[in-house]
Amino acid sequence: MSRLAEERAASARAAGAGAERRVRGRRSGRRFVVPNVLVPVVSVAALLVVWQIVAWALFPPVLFPTPVLVAKAFRNELASGRLLGDMAVSLGRIFGGFALGCTLGASTGLLMGYIPAVRRALDPFIQFGRFVPSISLLSPALIWFGIGEGSKLFLITYTTTFIVLLNTLAAVLTVPRNKIRAAQCLGATRGQLFRLVILPASLHGIFTGMRVGMGLSFTTVVAAEMIAAEAGLGFLIINSRLWFQTDVVFVGIITLGALGYLADKTFQAIIRRVAWRYAPTN
Amino acid sequence: MAAMIRFEDVDFRFTGRGATQPLVLERLSFEIERGEFFCLLGPSGCGKTTVLNLLAGFEQPSSGRILVADHPVAAPGVERTVVFQGDDSLYTWLTAVENVEFGLRLAGVDAATRRGTAERYLTLVGLSGQGGKYPSELSGGMKQRIQIARALVCDSPILLMDEPFAALDAQTRSTLQDELIGIWQETGRTFLFITHDIGESILLADRIGLMTAGPAASMKTIVPVDLPRPRRRSDPAFGALYERIGVVVSEEVRRSAPMAR
Repeated sequence: MSRLAEERAASARAAGAGAERRVRGRRSGRRFVVPNVLVPVVSVAALLVVWQIVAWALFPPVLFPTPVLVAKAFRNELASGRLLGDMAVSLGRIFGGFALGCTLGASTGLLMGYIPAVRRALDPFIQFGRFVPSISLLSPALIWFGIGEGSKLFLITYTTTFIVLLNTLAAVLTVPRNKIRAAQCLGATRGQLFRLVILPASLHGIFTGMRVGMGLSFTTVVAAEMIAAEAGLGFLIINSRLWFQTDVVFVGIITLGALGYLADKTFQAIIRRVAWRYAPTN
Repeated sequence: MAAMIRFEDVDFRFTGRGATQPLVLERLSFEIERGEFFCLLGPSGCGKTTVLNLLAGFEQPSSGRILVADHPVAAPGVERTVVFQGDDSLYTWLTAVENVEFGLRLAGVDAATRRGTAERYLTLVGLSGQGGKYPSELSGGMKQRIQIARALVCDSPILLMDEPFAALDAQTRSTLQDELIGIWQETGRTFLFITHDIGESILLADRIGLMTAGPAASMKTIVPVDLPRPRRRSDPAFGALYERIGVVVSEEVRRSAPMAR
């Protein structure tokens, strides 16, 4: 059945490719041909132009600064070293908490998936904890870990742990039964079954959890830094707001988006290079 | 000759929540001789795969006994390897040859030895030189061969196959049927082969176990196939046997039809 589905998918892909070629062929007959890589460049440029016009014509800079003003602010912040400092602080927190959360979440998820007793024992905590937004834990985190790195690390770890754990657990529980049975009838011990089947078959789920967790880590760190911090991009944004430096607020926002985008692209590239064979292709 | 496999009054029902589940198998008894090629034939849904799952040790009988070489089956074991229906049992993160040598790896055979053995079995199933490919790069027929090689590599005395050729095109199926008989004759192992294809069962089997329609299926009759090998579908005796079995099977299918409504 799956072979049939695969063949159908393959022929659909082939048909799709053919259609694409035909469209391109028609297009190349016209005068303006836009290469695919240029499309996003053009769309971003268009947005900047619209932004510039709207902001310049309709708003005072303190309400909505133009991209030119934001670029100037960006240069100033970069020159003063403040932006790089805040970036380093935020990224340090994100990756620290992210690494910790991934380790905790993946290992707990694997254990819960593989050992039903562990799953039953931990399930209530997981089902409860995943509905508690990490930022709601800021107050106890501040009391326990202080206003410095500890509380941020705790919150990001908390966020990442749950999302990685849930994805890992789901992946373990959906390992095709025949993959497990095949190993059993080939003589696998419990340990071998885990190491050689369950773990590799669940990796794609762990990676998915990590990608989502990375995004949530950005959200969490900024929220935490806005409420209680003395450095970091969230602090930069909230602090600049207090001084009506709206252009710097935008510098912070854009930096966050760009960093997140870069982090995700890098992560994806690493997965593609290192772990492509663990993608569920069957 | 001592029976290699013996089902004694086996009942099976799935253990469900609350209400008692209906019986899938009821008082199923049959024997398979050592070195025999035994085909299990029956209308779809009658519980053929359940018989295999019980024998493999994936499920436990609700009552009755299943003996392999006079020992009750308690858990999956390497002396009863399985070729599964469909191809989701292959390890997609391993290459073809790594899939084939998987059982040897589990047994702690060193890398060089097991690679050599795996390559030999790849050749046996007609896939020499394809060992470096991943399952996603192989056709359905090739994947099925990998599964067969993976099961053969362990030298298990018993091979359990669940409609291994069902999803293949007629040409590939015919080739693999011939190869399988060759392997069976060469290795002398005991085969339990599930199929719903009458022609396939006559082509392969020493004896064909015909199951009644489920639920509460049991063995209706066992038909010996006394045709000389290699068998030809064009042989008049082949056609006669096909008729005979066909009558019984369609009788069972008719009997099960009102229940399915």
